[in-house]
Amino acid sequence: MSTFMEYGFVACSLAILTTMTLALIRAMLGPTVFDRVLALNMFGTKTVLLICVVSFLSGRQDFIDVALLYSLMNFIGMVALLRFSQLGCFGESEVEAEGGAKA
Amino acid sequence: MIFIVIPILALLALTAVAVARIRDLWAAVMFTGIYSFLGASWMLILDAPDVAFTEAAVGAGISTVLMLATLALTGKKEKPSKVKVMPLIVVGITGAALIYGTFDMPAYGSAEAPIQQYPNPSFVEKSKEDMHGLPNVVTAVLASYRGYDTLGETAVIFTAGIAVLLILRKDQEGDA
Repeated sequence: MSTFMEYGFVACSLAILTTMTLALIRAMLGPTVFDRVLALNMFGTKTVLLICVVSFLSGRQDFIDVALLYSLMNFIGMVALLRFSQLGCFGESEVEAEGGAKA
Repeated sequence: MIFIVIPILALLALTAVAVARIRDLWAAVMFTGIYSFLGASWMLILDAPDVAFTEAAVGAGISTVLMLATLALTGKKEKPSKVKVMPLIVVGITGAALIYGTFDMPAYGSAEAPIQQYPNPSFVEKSKEDMHGLPNVVTAVLASYRGYDTLGETAVIFTAGIAVLLILRKDQEGDA
């Protein structure tokens, strides 16, 4: 790997870390739910990017698999959070469906 | 790598403080998810991708969903509490003792470390033949050499999972 590329990866990871810090600050301050949700989602995306950059920097290509898993987990967590913030609870439709089946 | 490790550890500390300080439990659950992601990234940088996999799947995935399901049964807000001095002192002393304990540990990546010396190299040499050609030594140790141990762990986790599901489920039916 050329030195130029290496500097590029270092600069890239520093920029991603800065963005992560800003997103974390927004999530802490965020007055509304949506600021926090957006900040969390961005944080997860930046984590995936950071892992990709680290994998290129250290030459460990298998870290990309972990980055894939992270993006999946981020998605699941996001869906769960949004569902909870909209409905206020989980499995409401399931309970209703069960109740309907029993009735 | 040090320029990535230090910001990640700083972000971990920030997130921990945020989890402790915040009174909105919904946001606290969110911050624990962030904490798990950061912890898993750090484990990845320490070259432990399998642990990072587990941390991301369990910490950021399942426990976030379980915590939210618990929040659905309880309230969303925590009662404001005063800062108490005695618990703070106890936590400080415990933390200082733990940090003192790390002074005895060998440096990261040191060839003298017990992890490089102790597990008999014969595991690495023999496991491929013992396992009929399985290349991954960690899997060989976990699933075969320590198979009963793993079976016990699986039983414990299965029991815990059933218990959690029963607790979360019973109240949902009670609501309906």
